[in-house]
Amino acid sequence: MSAAKLRQQIAFIVLGAITLFVIVPILLTIFYVIKNGIGAISWEFITQPPRNGMRQGGIFPAIVGTILLVIGTMLFSLPLGVLAAIYLVEYARDNFFTRLVKLSVVNLSGIPSIVYGLFGFTMFVLFLRLGTSILAGSLTLAIMSLPVVITATKEALESVPLSFREISLSLGATKWQTVRHCVLPYAVPGILTGTVLSLGRAAGETAPILFTVAAFYLPRLPRSVFDQVMALPYHLYVISTQVPNMPLKLSFATAFVLIALVFLMNLASIILRAHYRKKKIW
Amino acid sequence: MVAEAIIRTIDLSCSFGSLTVLKKVSLEIYKNEIFGIIGPANSGKTTFLRALNRLNYLNTSYRQSGEIFLGEQNTRTLSDNILRKKIGIIFALPQVLPVSIYKNVAYGPKVHGFKGKDTLNQIVETALKRAYLWDEVKDRLDEPAVRLSGGQQQRLCIARTLAVEPQVILYDEPCSGLDPISTAKVEDTMQQLKENYTQILVTNNTKQAARVSERCGFFLMGDLVEIGQTPAIFTKPRDKRTDDYISGRFG
Repeated sequence: MSAAKLRQQIAFIVLGAITLFVIVPILLTIFYVIKNGIGAISWEFITQPPRNGMRQGGIFPAIVGTILLVIGTMLFSLPLGVLAAIYLVEYARDNFFTRLVKLSVVNLSGIPSIVYGLFGFTMFVLFLRLGTSILAGSLTLAIMSLPVVITATKEALESVPLSFREISLSLGATKWQTVRHCVLPYAVPGILTGTVLSLGRAAGETAPILFTVAAFYLPRLPRSVFDQVMALPYHLYVISTQVPNMPLKLSFATAFVLIALVFLMNLASIILRAHYRKKKIW
Repeated sequence: MVAEAIIRTIDLSCSFGSLTVLKKVSLEIYKNEIFGIIGPANSGKTTFLRALNRLNYLNTSYRQSGEIFLGEQNTRTLSDNILRKKIGIIFALPQVLPVSIYKNVAYGPKVHGFKGKDTLNQIVETALKRAYLWDEVKDRLDEPAVRLSGGQQQRLCIARTLAVEPQVILYDEPCSGLDPISTAKVEDTMQQLKENYTQILVTNNTKQAARVSERCGFFLMGDLVEIGQTPAIFTKPRDKRTDDYISGRFG
């Protein structure tokens, strides 16, 4: 074996080992959560409210709360983010101002989530008098996920070939008709991926909902968007640290449900993306 | 018979940033003729073409001065989408949308407000027939347009342009990506369209200009060097630079 070939072999093995190392923590985490939590998963656990100081019963209100928060977040961040990205990519001229906006969007995603939580608390809960409510929590989470939605949409729009726009404009279509019919449809898969990723993160965040929506213990379901709710990540924090004599398997079971929820969302996006990719033929 | 000018440019100058690409070009293009534009690369041919339907403005650094008339109308008074409906363009490489053959053709009429299956079917059929593509695709209108051959795709682009009923059709080196047989078909189509449309053909291929066009303009470094009847340009050019280019001494 020549020296060059040997070096290639070594590089191959090293790179492969490092790649393997990336999967190990993920697999271990999931395995650990399932192993410790699966025993507590039952029909009762996912359909009943907690009882006896949360040491018994289920986590149904927290599941509902998290789902409502994800939906609320999507309702705000998807239209806002997509429209803002359309403006930035298709309409805004390239000048100092738009470059500043783009830079801010990128940097917004680097702000710690607890800062968003504080902002949401002062802005939505206190200043806009929404109280600790689903509405305030969704808005806070939406602001947190906005940069990811905008960045993903921006990249998806930019990856649509320029020629599609030229064709449409050259036929006398207006700018909006062009965006609507010849650009957006081909950007949908990218937009979906970005949105679902950001929603997955929103579903798992504790800090932004801490002061804006999450209830410590609220065994009934919310009646309006101005109600508080329990949410899975906060519930997990509460039962893991705030309640004495809590069976450990309940914590892991809650974590398992949270992971499963995020996984289901990702699965939905993968299916949708595969559906749209079949149409991608250029 | 005095030919009627359908496009008239007066001192048309174009620049991208600090780079002047076209210098004070004034010329007339007559109704129903095929006007050829020849010249080496970077002579401003494509810029001239794309100035006519304002596609140059997609580049934000683009600036333009001078006047362009469509018939009697100064094109400054027309909005972008109305102007582009009247002056269609065929791009260098066949550019089809990744949708069906039918939808490619129906897209233009749709954005201009045509509705109803029957109306659209009629428009699509007429356009495809005029582009001499109908017989080849009538049984597979719902297939993706990208499955057509290069020459068929280019004729589909012509049909797509015809579907919005333009007065003028611009061709930007329409055969640069095509084999000789497909090229011949596209050229045939152009000849057939002469009856109803004015066509402007930018080409790198002087032989193609000689075959297809009736009058010709020779562009060099942003100047319109010479304009005249195609046979005259090719047999006894007045300017030495034209002669040099045509006889292959440069370009």
